[in-house]
Amino acid sequence: MSRRPAGLTLLLHALLAGGAVLMLAPYVWMVSSSFKPSAEIYSATIQLIPRHPIVDNYRTAVHREPVVRAILNSLVVASAETLAVVVTSVFTAYPFARLRFRGRDAVFLMVLGTMMIPAQVTMIPTFILMRWLGWIDTYQGLIVPRIMTPLGIFLMRQFLLTLPRELEEAARIDGCGRLRTLVQVLVPHLGPAMATLAIFTFTASWNEFFWPLIVVQSSEMRTIQLLIAALKQAEAVEWGVVMAVVTLSVFPTVVIYLALQRYFVKGIVMSGLRG
Amino acid sequence: MGGRQILREEARFGWLSLSPALGFFGLFVGFPIVYAFYLSFHEWNMMSPEPTWVGLDNYAALLRDETFIRSLVQTAVFTVGITGCLVVFSLATALLLDQKLKQIRLYRTIYYLPAVTSVVAVGIVWLWIFDPQYGLLNQVLRGLGVAGPRWLADTRLALGCLVVTAAWRNVGYFATIFLAGLQGIDTMYYEAARIDGAGAWGCFRRITWPLLRPTTLFVVVMSVILSFQVFALVYVMTGGGPDGATSVVVFYLYQQAFTYFRMGYAAAIGYVLFGAIFVLTLLQFRFFGRHLEV
Repeated sequence: MSRRPAGLTLLLHALLAGGAVLMLAPYVWMVSSSFKPSAEIYSATIQLIPRHPIVDNYRTAVHREPVVRAILNSLVVASAETLAVVVTSVFTAYPFARLRFRGRDAVFLMVLGTMMIPAQVTMIPTFILMRWLGWIDTYQGLIVPRIMTPLGIFLMRQFLLTLPRELEEAARIDGCGRLRTLVQVLVPHLGPAMATLAIFTFTASWNEFFWPLIVVQSSEMRTIQLLIAALKQAEAVEWGVVMAVVTLSVFPTVVIYLALQRYFVKGIVMSGLRG
Repeated sequence: MGGRQILREEARFGWLSLSPALGFFGLFVGFPIVYAFYLSFHEWNMMSPEPTWVGLDNYAALLRDETFIRSLVQTAVFTVGITGCLVVFSLATALLLDQKLKQIRLYRTIYYLPAVTSVVAVGIVWLWIFDPQYGLLNQVLRGLGVAGPRWLADTRLALGCLVVTAAWRNVGYFATIFLAGLQGIDTMYYEAARIDGAGAWGCFRRITWPLLRPTTLFVVVMSVILSFQVFALVYVMTGGGPDGATSVVVFYLYQQAFTYFRMGYAAAIGYVLFGAIFVLTLLQFRFFGRHLEV
């Protein structure tokens, strides 16, 4: 590859940079609109950088709309879900990866098979179940149906399979029970795996729309995604304010992604290819 | 402890640690699947205490429901459009990202960014980009001296706009999968081909494309499954409009269930969707499977 002519390198850069502009332009447009006074928002000339940047849109968003509450709701739901999914995935993946018993593989296939079922099929009965439990419009209702995922169990099992058997055998000989062996010997080796799953789950939960839309009814229980959708339904959409809220909603996932991107890539590769 | 005892202990501990998962999936997947099937033979608005049995009426009504058929067709159009776009653009992006350049990490970071952004945020920002008067797109076109169309308000263009938006969000995700596939190909093949005098196109056609087939299968299957379930984008960007031009199956299902409270009818739509995804997935495996053996 070292003998690539300079012209080709230039062409590659041109193509990649062109694509990068397409990828970034919507973000620039979003952030720039959020800092524009309405005179500039509703002006018929291209203005990528606001001429007179203001923070009024953010101020309006925070004072008039329940943005803070919505972000807190999303934080509560996403954190609880993430913690739960990591814990349940480790405990459920362990027997699939490290124990031998009849029926194990059949159950594992069934768990994976649930990934095939579209969420829309199970959604109506789950909604009825939540209503019966009195969990509509509650945190439990938002969180509990999502505390276990087949993908989480699958990812954890893949990582567990890579650990050597000797690791737990030594502990067993010393008289360590299964649970202690799992928690004290195996879990410390799962750090990167658990981080990958945690970041994946947090981002997915933060971005989730369908289930919250169904289970949430009051404006206080809205997650940030629901609030954005609600702002857009308003009679006259105020694009400056909407873009401010969207910018705030995108910020946490972008920061997490930029700081921890190697985990994202690892997660995709694991979930996609090592079936 | 004897060998048999250990095995028995493994089984006991195994089932014990699986029991929460079995309970969970039983309650949140098993029960809903069965209950949705039961509901699909009933009529129920959730107000009356009991669903009323209607037999196959819901399914029969679906066959005659023109709005439903239309939403099915539009879902298929969306799925074909987005899957085509994703295979072409994701693979092209992956080939570019596979090159040895100093700034390649930066490019990879940028291309994947939309995939971590919520569909709702993406939908709203593109809605604003597509705004006929003040949106970025028509402002650029105006700068070039072209009068831009009304995009999402145009019945002929709206679905295409959704395809563009969905492609923009997912191209980086699928490019990452293709990239992993590309990096799994042994460079030995290319070296041998180059000695035989193969050019870049020959290498791609004879080595890269055939060896990427399992990855392509995964990308196509995933894209079809995800596209058949498209919802948030429609909900946020068009609400099914203009004039029903972007109504897709899941959006129609949602409306039937939570706008008109026709739970039985919605459950039947859910089962039709399930069946369609299942059949499409099987077909893709057969189609690609045949080529895989070559």
